[in-house]
Amino acid sequence: MLSIKNLHVSIEGKEIIKGLNLEVHPGEVHAIMGPNGTGKSTLAAVIAGREGIYEVTEGEIFYKGKDISEMAIEDRAREGIFLGFQYPVEIPGVSITNFMRTAINEIRQYKGLEQISAANFLKDMEEAKKLVGIQSKLTNRSVNEGFSGGEKKKNEIFQMAMLKPDLAILDETDSGLDIDALKVVANGVNALKTDQNATIVITHYQRLLDYIIPDFVHVLYNGRIVKSGGKELALELESKGYDWLKAEA
Amino acid sequence: MANDENVLIDNVTRGEYKYGFYTDIEMDTAPVGLSEDTIRFISAKKSEPQWLLDFRLKAYQHWLTLEEPDWAHLHHPPIKYQEIIYFAAPKKKELASLDEVDPDLLETFNKLGISLEEQKRLSGVAVDAVIDSVSVKTTFTKTLQKHGIIFSSFSEAVQNHPDLIKKYMASVVPYTDNYFAALNSAVFSDGSFCYIPKGVRCPVELSTYFRINAANTGQFERTLIVADEGSYVSYLEGCTAPMRDENQLHAAIVEIIALKDAEVKYSTVQNWYPGNSEGKGGVYNFVTKRGMCRGANSKISWTQVETGSAITWKYPSCILMGDNSVGEFYSVAVTNNYQQADTGSKMIHLGKNTKSTIISKGISAGHSNNSYRGLVRMSRRAENSRNFSQCDSLLLGDKCGAHTYPYIHNENKSSIIEHEATTSKISEDQLFYCLQRGISEENAIGLIVNGYAKEVLKKLPMEFAVEAQKLLTISLEGSVG
Repeated sequence: MLSIKNLHVSIEGKEIIKGLNLEVHPGEVHAIMGPNGTGKSTLAAVIAGREGIYEVTEGEIFYKGKDISEMAIEDRAREGIFLGFQYPVEIPGVSITNFMRTAINEIRQYKGLEQISAANFLKDMEEAKKLVGIQSKLTNRSVNEGFSGGEKKKNEIFQMAMLKPDLAILDETDSGLDIDALKVVANGVNALKTDQNATIVITHYQRLLDYIIPDFVHVLYNGRIVKSGGKELALELESKGYDWLKAEA
Repeated sequence: MANDENVLIDNVTRGEYKYGFYTDIEMDTAPVGLSEDTIRFISAKKSEPQWLLDFRLKAYQHWLTLEEPDWAHLHHPPIKYQEIIYFAAPKKKELASLDEVDPDLLETFNKLGISLEEQKRLSGVAVDAVIDSVSVKTTFTKTLQKHGIIFSSFSEAVQNHPDLIKKYMASVVPYTDNYFAALNSAVFSDGSFCYIPKGVRCPVELSTYFRINAANTGQFERTLIVADEGSYVSYLEGCTAPMRDENQLHAAIVEIIALKDAEVKYSTVQNWYPGNSEGKGGVYNFVTKRGMCRGANSKISWTQVETGSAITWKYPSCILMGDNSVGEFYSVAVTNNYQQADTGSKMIHLGKNTKSTIISKGISAGHSNNSYRGLVRMSRRAENSRNFSQCDSLLLGDKCGAHTYPYIHNENKSSIIEHEATTSKISEDQLFYCLQRGISEENAIGLIVNGYAKEVLKKLPMEFAVEAQKLLTISLEGSVG
């Protein structure tokens, strides 16, 4: 599904990711953990294709067997890469309903499919709303405008449910959530899991991993993955902190 | 509304100005240039009464004493007033049915998607279509007649209702008002007249489609709307123009009079040719639009979506004379490439307890310049009056400009004037968010811009709102990246 080889990324001349390797297969859930400022969000943005301040100086990203270095952001999205944002942006005056229908129809057009019918769209919306427990009227509101922290994160998972990506990257989806909201978000992610899709959960805390059980845990430190293991690694990090890994980095 | 936003996205087409075509209809034209003879020619062509000719000549004499205003934030080469043809009319007129309309003309309407028949049959909108100055066909006259509503070309009204024209014409915009108003008063070719009698609520939206059609033909429309006591009318004005290399001058006058308890809602979608991407060609639009809330409790509301013209100079205004009268101005002005817009509103509060609202949304892209210029004046008599103004600017890219020039005069202590202004950019974060969901950049900008302008767009009648949303997206194509 995703194969990252020797990835180096710089921001304004400063190297943030320094030779990162990662293999993700269909049906897997990977957790990427690590202290702040180690390049977790940079990795997510670069997989999604963000440019601007991010410069890939070396290495390759293969997705579904293709090198996607030159692929535009929107095409990566249409090919099934979804990024759940750490700080979802507000788009005033644009309803979630309209936003989602625009996205879905552009993706369908890319795949040579007809526009989604109003009935199917509404049905999908109802299911997705139920999945993340958001109120009906929320989708009539402008995208993220005036949303609480919890509503913003639920809205990300709602969109994920609508778009049904092959590879979902959830960037600090747990930050700013109370325990109830965390459970709702985790349940949503679990319900969307199949043996065909993959999820990368980026998190600072182990807490989310009580609800989303990862197959693999990677520790990102100083721009590299310094340790990989099973779900027990997350517990180890929780009890010991990150300091003991500094020696290994 | 959400549904229409989507229709808009679906319908976006790429490429050059969509309405750039040219209809070859036989013309009856005045000699090139402006003189008393030209004015006599126009007046004679239209078999006008002596008083109207006298009015034109007085306006012309006054115009000669004036100089073109230069206070606006606009730059253009000098307009050569002696190289303009001031009158051109399709030869056939006075038609009884659509069958008699020049097929070329019908074709033009069809290309614009506003065929009279379609309009008549589907939307229930009465259309007074103006092609090059003379109204060719007025529909729905009978329905309107039943209610005693007069809706006709200005020329017809001069013949059939001289008393009303004499009473109200130039009562809101005198020919001495400004340079372009004086010019229009001297040479106006045609336009629309509308009278809603006492207590009548006009059952249809009245709509006029303007079109500039012949080479080098200045357009000098004149619109007069009179809403008698307790009446209501919603009036739509929509414009497209064919592509052309030379600049075309347009200097219209719109006058609205609302008597006691009357309400007039005037909506415009303006999409004249803005010039090509290098700034060549395009329409110069110098318009004087003003409404007078003459009676108590009257209301005049201007809503405009301006995407076209190389130059826009336009300040739809309200004079709030009657006590408790209300004036509103809702505007979206888009400038792209080398377009320039200097637009805004004037709210003159004269009566007690008068209220006005100004919501202006400017969107600039490319190398364009977009200025809001507004005046709010509370006179000494206008006790307990209120104004709220909100002027927002949205910038796309870093080569365009947005400017705000609010002028405020408050002459009494009990009145309140509030002014808010913001300037923002489409953020890279917003674009990335949309792109990451699979939305193309063009559509992302369309979504964001329409969201930004929603407060104004929702004031438009339904059929106009869809068109306006489409225009916003189309006119900003290729403006980012």
